[in-house]
Amino acid sequence: MQPTDTGHPDHYHRVVDCQWACPAHTDVPEYIRLIAQGRFTDAYLVNRTSNVFPGILGRVCDRPCEPACRRGRVEEKPVAICRLKRVAADHRDEVRAQLPRAAAPNGRRVACIGAGPASLTVANDLLPLGYAVTVFEQHGLSGGLMRTNIPAFRLPAEVLDEEIGAIVEMGADLRLNSPVTSLKALLADGGYDAVFVGSGAPKGKELRLPGRDDSDRIHIGIDWLHAIAFGHTQKVGERVLIIGVGNTAMDCCRSALRLGARTVKVMARKSRQFFKASEWELEDAESEGVEIVVNHAPKAFVIEGGRLTGLRFDVLEYELEDGRIVGERVLREHVEPCDDVILAIGQENAFPWIERDLGIEFDKWQVPKVDPVTFQSTRPGVFFGGDAAFGPKNIIWAVEHGHQAAISIHRHCRGLPVAERPAHAAALASRKMGLHEWSYHNEYNPAPRRLVPHVALGERFKKIKIEVELGFTPEQTALEGDRCLNCDIQTVFSAPLCIECDACIDICPVDCLTITADGTEAELVGRLKAPRRLATEPLYVSAPLKQTGRVMVKDEDLCVHCGLCAERCPTAAWDMQKSTVKIPHACDDEPTCQLPSQRQTA
Amino acid sequence: MTSIVKPRIAHPALPKNELGLTRRQYEGAMSTLCAGCGHDSVTAAIVEACWGLSLRPEQLAKLSGIGCSSKTTAYFVSGAHGFNAVHGRMPSIATGANAANRELCYVGVSGDGDSLSIGLGQLAHAIRRNVNMLYVIENNGVYGLTKGQFSASADVGTKSKRGEANTQPPVDPVLLALTLGATFVARSFSGDKRQLVPLLQAGMRHQGFALIDVLSPCVTFNDHEGSTKSYAFTREHYHAAVEADFIARAREIAVDYAEGESTVVTMHDGSRVRLRKLDPGYDPSDRVAAYDYIERKFADGEYVTGLIHVADGSASELHAANRTTATPLNRVPYERLSPGAAALGKLMARYR
Repeated sequence: MQPTDTGHPDHYHRVVDCQWACPAHTDVPEYIRLIAQGRFTDAYLVNRTSNVFPGILGRVCDRPCEPACRRGRVEEKPVAICRLKRVAADHRDEVRAQLPRAAAPNGRRVACIGAGPASLTVANDLLPLGYAVTVFEQHGLSGGLMRTNIPAFRLPAEVLDEEIGAIVEMGADLRLNSPVTSLKALLADGGYDAVFVGSGAPKGKELRLPGRDDSDRIHIGIDWLHAIAFGHTQKVGERVLIIGVGNTAMDCCRSALRLGARTVKVMARKSRQFFKASEWELEDAESEGVEIVVNHAPKAFVIEGGRLTGLRFDVLEYELEDGRIVGERVLREHVEPCDDVILAIGQENAFPWIERDLGIEFDKWQVPKVDPVTFQSTRPGVFFGGDAAFGPKNIIWAVEHGHQAAISIHRHCRGLPVAERPAHAAALASRKMGLHEWSYHNEYNPAPRRLVPHVALGERFKKIKIEVELGFTPEQTALEGDRCLNCDIQTVFSAPLCIECDACIDICPVDCLTITADGTEAELVGRLKAPRRLATEPLYVSAPLKQTGRVMVKDEDLCVHCGLCAERCPTAAWDMQKSTVKIPHACDDEPTCQLPSQRQTA
Repeated sequence: MTSIVKPRIAHPALPKNELGLTRRQYEGAMSTLCAGCGHDSVTAAIVEACWGLSLRPEQLAKLSGIGCSSKTTAYFVSGAHGFNAVHGRMPSIATGANAANRELCYVGVSGDGDSLSIGLGQLAHAIRRNVNMLYVIENNGVYGLTKGQFSASADVGTKSKRGEANTQPPVDPVLLALTLGATFVARSFSGDKRQLVPLLQAGMRHQGFALIDVLSPCVTFNDHEGSTKSYAFTREHYHAAVEADFIARAREIAVDYAEGESTVVTMHDGSRVRLRKLDPGYDPSDRVAAYDYIERKFADGEYVTGLIHVADGSASELHAANRTTATPLNRVPYERLSPGAAALGKLMARYR
C-alpha cells in the first residue's frame, strides 16, 4: 500500500472523531481538557471561536459529535460533550473584553436578513473586519428559531440574550420589527455590498384532512411554540395530541404539559426506529409522562357540534425487510379523544418576499439554488445560510454556514473569486516531557457516562420558564471530562527509527497495531492483529521498516490514545503529539479578531 | 519501565478459545523491564501460546530464577501457580514440584546468566533427568540487571556497549542440550512470534524436557552495532532450518505437503506438530546430525532456528524412570503419605 500521507491536514483531523463530525469543527478534546483544569473561560473561548454560541449549544445542540465519539465505540456511551460545553458556559468569567472587537469601518455594508444563528455568525465574523452589518428581524426579539421554537425550559432567554448581546455590542445594527418585504427593494437601495439571507425555515407543514378548517383548536407546531414564546398562548386543553415525532414534536408535547394539559400523546405514523427525534429528547419527553403511540396514521378530525372532540386514525401494521418498510396494512380504525391537536410534521423555508426576477434561481420546490461550498446564490453578492439555504438542519449547521458565507462575503467584497477557499492546516507538537512523563492525562477511566441532574418532576411544571436541566455538578464534570480519550493527542510514527522489537504491538490494549508484510489493502486488513470492524475508520500504513521491509499498520478505530505504544518504544519511533487543526475563518488574520493572548505586543 | 496502567478494556472482537477466554485474560502484571526488551515479546508469545492451548490458568506452573528474564513469569497468566527461585536454582524447584504433581504444565523461564553461569549444573541435571517441563532461556548475551557485562553466551568477537570485544567462547544451550540427550531442542527469536508461538505450544505438550533458546535482545546494553545479539544482527543471521506448526487435538491438518517435505510428530496428548524442512538436507530426528549442522552453520556466522531436534522422550521421563505415583501428592491421603511410626519401624527393620 501507499504509505499514509500524515502531512495532509485531514489525516489527524479524522482521528479526532468529534471534531471531524462537528459541522463547525469545534476543538472538543482541547476544551474538555481546559474544563478539567478548571479553565472555564478558556474552554468557552475555544468553543466560541468555532461555534459562536457555546451557552446555547451546550443546551440544545443536536450534538453530531456524540454519536461519532470514540468512547461510544470503545464502550457503550459517548462522552457527554454537549453538557460539558454548558459547564464552560455556565462557569466562565466575564469574557466580553476578550472577544473580537469591531475594526475601524472599511466602508463596506452587509445586510443580513433574519436575526438567527446564521446571520449572527456572519455579523460576528465580519464586524472585526470593519464591515457595517445590518441585521433585519421581523419579530420584536432576536435569535430566530432559537428563541421562538425552543421552549424556555430548555433554553432560558438570559442565555440567548447574553450570547446574542455580545455580537450586537460588537457593533451590529440590529433592527427589530423590521421585516424585509421585498428583496428587490433592498437590493435597489444600493447601499449594500452583499446580502445574506438567514431567514430560516419558518413555515410549518400543513396536514390537510377532513375537518381541518372546522376548529380553532388545531395548531401548527412551530407557530404554536412561537405564540408561547411571545406569551400569546398561555393555556391548552386537558387532552392534547401531537402529530409527528421530530424534535419540534418533543418541544410541543413538553410545552403542553406546562400549559396545563393532563394527558399528552405523541401520535407516530411509524414505529420507533423511524423516529426523527433525538434519542435524548424522546427520553426527556417520556420521563415527563408523555405517551408515544406508534403506528397510527391520522385520517380525519372529529368535529361534534362545531367542537374538536377527537382525531380518527388508521392503526397500521408494517412489513419490514432489512429494517426498511416494504408494505403496510390497516388493522382497524381508532378515534382518540382530544381537546387540542398540534401538527409537528415538519417545516420548510418560504420566500414570498424574494422576487423571482432578481437573477436568484429557485428549483421546482421553490428552494433557492445555493452553492454548498460558497453559499452564494445564482446572483453574485446574495448569499444564503442556515435553514434558509438547504431546509431545516440545526443550529450548529447554521453557524458553520454563517462562517463559510462570511468568508465568501469578505472575498466577494474584495473582488476575489468566492470559490477559492482558504485551506485547512494542521500542526503537531510532542507531549513528551521526560521519561514516563507526558503532558496530558492518559489514564483510562472506566467510569460510565454521567447523567445530568434534572429539576424534580413536581417542580418543573409550575412555570414554563423553569430550566429542566441543572447542569453537571463539579464531581460529575471531573469524571465526565476524564472519560474523554484525548483523541487529539496523536500516535505519530517514524518508520526510520523503528527496530521492530514488537513492544508496541505487545502492549496495545486494543490490539490496533500490526507489523506485517506490505500488500494490497483488501489483503492486508486480513492480517491485522485484531479484526477490522469499521472500514470507515482511517488505517495508517507506514513506509517500509528498516530491518525487514515490513510495514507498521494502525487501525485507528479503537485506539484509546493511552500512549503505551510510545511509552514502550525504545527508540521513540512512536511519539504522542497533539494535533491542532487550523480551521479558517473570515477574520483570521485581523488583529482585532484574535484573542488577547494571541495579539502581538507591538 | 512503564508508568501508565494498561487500560482494562479490549477489542470487542477478540477471538475466544475453547474455554471462552480471550488472549487478554492470559496476561499478568505490567512489565517493569526496559521499553523494547525482547523478553516482553517472549512474554506476549507465551500468553498467545497458553491461550491457543486453551490452558486453564490453574493448570500452569511458572518457575524462574534471578535476572531480567526471571522477572517475566510475573507478566503472564496471573492466575497460574508460580515460584521464583534463588539464582540458578529454578531447575531443582521445578524437579521437586514436578515429582510431587505431574498433572501441571511446567514452564520455566530463565536467562543466559541464570542458566549458563550460576545455574549451569542445575540445568544440566534437569535435562539429564528429563524433567517434564518447558524450559525457556531468554538469551541476550549480557547481564542486563548489572549493567551489561558479557554473559556466558556472548559470542567471541561481539562488542560490549563500551566497545570491548569478547574473547571467551560461548556456551551454546542448544548444543549443551543435544549433548545431554534432550528430546526437544529448539531455537527462536523474540522478534518472530510466527515461529516462536508454535514452538512454545509444542514444547508445553512435549513429554519430557523441552528446551527453547530464545534470542531476546537486550535493548539497553546489547542492541548496538558490533553486537551479535542485537535485533538487526539476529535478523540478518537468522537461519530457519525447520518450520514447526502446532496442531491442537481437535483441529484438522489443513494443508497437505508433498511426501518428504513435511513430517508429523504426534505429541503425548494427541496434538501434533508438523515439521517442514526449509533445508532439504536437514533431519530433526537425528541428534548427531543436528549437532553437526549447528556447528557448521555457526561457523558460517548463522544462528540455526526452528525445532532443531525432537524425539520421543516419554520412556526416559522423570516419572517413568523413578516410577513415581500418578496421583499428585496433594491428593494422596495423609495416612498414606505419612504412615506413622509403626510403618517406619517396619521399613527400618528391612535394612537391619
